[in-house]
Amino acid sequence: MARLTVNGRAYDVDVDSDTPLLWVLRDTLGLMGTKYGCGIAQCGACTVHVDGAPIRSCSLPVSAVADRQITTIEGLAQNGALHAVQRAWLDLDVPQCGYCQSGMIMAVAALLKDKPSPSDAEIDVAITNICRCGTYQRIRMAIHAAAGQQRVSGTSSQ
Amino acid sequence: MSGVAHVDRRSFLASVAAVGGALALGFEIPFGAPAVHASSAAREITAWIVIEPDETVIIRVAKSEMGQGSFTALPMLVAEELECDWSKVKAEFVSPQENRRRDRVWGNMSTGASRSISASQNDLRCAGATARTMLIAAAAARWNVPDSECAAARGVITHLPSGRTMTFGRIAAAAADIAPPAQVALKDPKDWTLIGTRQKRLDVADKIMGKPIYAIDVQLPNMLYAAIIQCPVFKGTLKSVDETKLAGMKGIHHVVKRPDAVAVVADSWWRAKKAAEVLPVSWDGGDNASVSSSTISANLHEALSAADARVGRNDGDVDRALGQAVKRIEADYEVPFLAHATMEPQNCTAHVTADLVEIWVPTQDGETALAIAADAAGVPPGKVVVHKMMLGGGFGRRGIFQDFVRQAVLIAKEVGQPVKLVWTREEDIRHDFYRPVAAARMTAGLDADGMPVAWKIRTAGQSIIAAVSPRVMQFGVDRNFLQGLLEDMPYDVPNYLVDFAMRNTHVPVGVWRSVNHSQNAFFKESFVDEMAYAAGADPYLFRRKLLAKKPKELAVLEAAATHAGWDTSPPLGVFRGIALHNSQNSVCAQVVEASVAPDGKVRVHRVVSAIDPGHAVNPLTIELQTESAIVYGLAAALYGEITIRDGRVEQTNFHDYPMLRLAEMPRVETVIVASGGFWGGVGETPMPPLAPALCNAIFSATGKRIRSLPLKNHDLRSA
Repeated sequence: MARLTVNGRAYDVDVDSDTPLLWVLRDTLGLMGTKYGCGIAQCGACTVHVDGAPIRSCSLPVSAVADRQITTIEGLAQNGALHAVQRAWLDLDVPQCGYCQSGMIMAVAALLKDKPSPSDAEIDVAITNICRCGTYQRIRMAIHAAAGQQRVSGTSSQ
Repeated sequence: MSGVAHVDRRSFLASVAAVGGALALGFEIPFGAPAVHASSAAREITAWIVIEPDETVIIRVAKSEMGQGSFTALPMLVAEELECDWSKVKAEFVSPQENRRRDRVWGNMSTGASRSISASQNDLRCAGATARTMLIAAAAARWNVPDSECAAARGVITHLPSGRTMTFGRIAAAAADIAPPAQVALKDPKDWTLIGTRQKRLDVADKIMGKPIYAIDVQLPNMLYAAIIQCPVFKGTLKSVDETKLAGMKGIHHVVKRPDAVAVVADSWWRAKKAAEVLPVSWDGGDNASVSSSTISANLHEALSAADARVGRNDGDVDRALGQAVKRIEADYEVPFLAHATMEPQNCTAHVTADLVEIWVPTQDGETALAIAADAAGVPPGKVVVHKMMLGGGFGRRGIFQDFVRQAVLIAKEVGQPVKLVWTREEDIRHDFYRPVAAARMTAGLDADGMPVAWKIRTAGQSIIAAVSPRVMQFGVDRNFLQGLLEDMPYDVPNYLVDFAMRNTHVPVGVWRSVNHSQNAFFKESFVDEMAYAAGADPYLFRRKLLAKKPKELAVLEAAATHAGWDTSPPLGVFRGIALHNSQNSVCAQVVEASVAPDGKVRVHRVVSAIDPGHAVNPLTIELQTESAIVYGLAAALYGEITIRDGRVEQTNFHDYPMLRLAEMPRVETVIVASGGFWGGVGETPMPPLAPALCNAIFSATGKRIRSLPLKNHDLRSA
């Protein structure tokens, strides 16, 4: 049994303690937005926030996240309003197949919280998720757009 | 439109709705926000179009959406002729079983070869024009005026003399009762108002919210999970499994044995995967267990001078012309197997009952999925329901061969409960239908002006057709293997011969984005550069001369060169390469700007990609697909290599089969040179020129000619 807080809601889940957080989110809690891509923390499709930090949930046992705040893609929009990153993704038509995009968006949301106006070099270092459709050019544009939007509106990412 | 009545499935759909917020009713799961529902037949104007009283226009899409944008571009073709309000359009997938039930009213659902637009544009435009005619007729009848006095625009019908108006939504029900016209006239392309404009994708909203729109996201009541381990040596067989090892492991329900695989079925996928990994399994690899990349490569090299080649095209007398040439150059090229590596691993969820087989699947061809499921379950096709989901990538992996469908159906049938089969990434990399290995020997004879008078191309490698439809080859050569080198070879050389020595292996091969164009463009465009160098000519101007009688290709080449500033100096340390290739009925030319660091690291800074697809339906789609193809091609050129040892694939996951990442992304500039008059593809065409344009830039930078891929195997350090 493990106690989790996901998107502000507490859950008690009965899973093996070595189960990666990814599979608890997907198969136990039914939060399917977080994706399985590689299982070895290479691709980042499974990125979620743990206490605000971007974490590859495929390689993190659920036992390691007890009493920590987990945010998934389903919890990113607040009160029906898209997060600035989602807004930029929508405006610039970033997703193609879309499968990696939950992880991308979560990784970028965490980056912008840490660095509200990242340089290209900082983006290169921080965003190492894999996209096979090749959306990288638009991701970079959308990161800058989201950063600019946050500056204008004076809000910070959560 | 009614689907298969099935109470359980409705409750499943309700459960999806609860999770994802998507409202789903009727015969299939719709997409788009706000959610649309597959509506009753009463509001169907034609098979492709449903118009709701609230003015929502639902346009049905028969092709799969795997990122390429068909879910948006195909409805545009309908909407152009329908004259509806594009902002009211929602797209919806057609289901394979409905297509079957209605005598394939939606045509062939297979999605590949960049043909979604070219193969369906006529049907879709006619569907739009037919519905518009019916809507106008219904409104005219309501007003008791001649049809000819009425016109439709932006979803509103106007009686021109009186100015009276009627919206599509208000007249749609009446229009459905109007007999469709036998013939419709299509607009002249110069009158298009939607085709040719940048339109945003219709599928983005779900994809940024994490909605459960992929097959891997499906949840069914009472569902179990399967992990599979397949014989590591292709074509090998299962010898034995020691299931006792799983005793005491929690949640394990079944161990399903197949002739070439073992699946563990458990109450969670994680438990199934863990159990599959510790399960002692012994395999019989047979003779193939001795095959390696070096033995395969040796066979290819032997084939480059073997006598058993079949001729694909033969102009003039190439041997004679070679004998008379002033200068002769020759070079051998080789490329490896490549995996598709879709981001969504292979998966399929199946529920097999006495009455019905239901599958949820990422498929590029729902009708083939249906046929495979029926065959696997041993039921007539009428007993199968296929839920086509959004694909987490396709690239050719999920079309012809849908091995995961057969597996899921067989497992679910044996288990007697719904089962979600998900492959690990390791299984995905090691059990693909790979881009075939290929090699080429290029020989050219140049005249006193340095222009080629003879060009002989010997290709060798593994045939996809031999595996897919061997009958096609009974009467000659596998023309597929020679894509881009036959009638579609753009350069005019008077004495020209291309042939193919087939060397098949036990490694399964299949279609991989652009199919054989990816190999042949690398061979052809690298060697054209070698010719230009031998002639002492500029590679762009040299190509121009060879294209003197090809205005379409010349225009695209010129657009790329001009946009890139070919006649200007690149930034210090940066070098340019150029390439041109015809594929999928489109022409693409690219200029790559790259640098090679002293430590040998290649960096691509910029790619200018010019394309002529005839009609450019959605320029945004073309830009996205160009960026996509360049990333796909660049990952392959830099790193892509599947190698074989002891009959099995050596690579397992993204750490040893690396992908391009954001930091390596060049600036991509797409130049659309739409000459009109034909419908070419865009999803694959910008990929083949990338590798040769890059390698030509590297030659310019280092003087080292790259004749095999990937680049990671070459030492490009400064001497």
